[in-house]
Amino acid sequence: MYSEWIVSILLLIGGAFILIGSIGLIKMPDFFMRLHGPTKATTLGMAGVLIAAMVFFSSTQSGISVKELLITIFLLITAPISGYMLIKSAIHHKLKAKKGTKGLDNVEDD
Amino acid sequence: MRLESRYRWLPTPFRSLLLFVVWLLLNNSVSAGHIVLATIFAILIPIATFPFRDPQPLILKPGLAIKQLFIVLYDIVTANLQVALLILGPVKKLRPAFVKVPLDLSHEMPITILASTVSLTPGTVSAEVYPIPESLPEGEEPTERFLLIHVLDLADEEALINTIKTRYEAPLKEIFQC
Repeated sequence: MYSEWIVSILLLIGGAFILIGSIGLIKMPDFFMRLHGPTKATTLGMAGVLIAAMVFFSSTQSGISVKELLITIFLLITAPISGYMLIKSAIHHKLKAKKGTKGLDNVEDD
Repeated sequence: MRLESRYRWLPTPFRSLLLFVVWLLLNNSVSAGHIVLATIFAILIPIATFPFRDPQPLILKPGLAIKQLFIVLYDIVTANLQVALLILGPVKKLRPAFVKVPLDLSHEMPITILASTVSLTPGTVSAEVYPIPESLPEGEEPTERFLLIHVLDLADEEALINTIKTRYEAPLKEIFQC
């Protein structure tokens, strides 16, 4: 059962990246830095889980399964948009950035 | 930049292609019946919805667009690894910064794509496009636009702006010819 090995390894990699993204949420000192974890580290994590799902359903059912590609596409489209909405509202509410953040004068009032 | 397609019955060729592929993926099948149905939807839906939408620039260099897609996918993987390492490393060493990137693109659609690419790749999240349209006098087009991005760990501002401009913005300019 090679496919079981592949599925388990992919699930572990995916889970690890999602975990790292969540650790980033707790560990980072300010809102703007916290956004980096969920917008990036989790993308690869979800990709790992979805590829694992593709391999699993292709090997257990007849024919290959490609539906999961759709989920990947939608995730890739929506992740930056939600990140953008969050950071835009953070700027609007004038959340404090960590001390020592460079280029704060680049942020204009709205 | 071209907003109108060459064929009236196919106002948005790439959206049609996308609808076709999405329909087949949703049904997880390439049987003849689904291909016929997907073709009908791919032609009828854009014609029916075209009048509601603002015209968007068409992709004029499909080959380059596909190449750029793979470059971005590769960058997403490397960026993920980089950010994962940064998160696990000591927080005190991070040098967060806001950086303003001057934009050469003029239409909203390519700017949106650029902003999304920047959000998904190397340690940056795009925050805002300046100037904000509401702050301008009615009907005035901004002459110069900036993309405000937040960087998790900034080493060299010039180099970062250069990378974004050459690696992501220049191909987009080429693809949409604007």
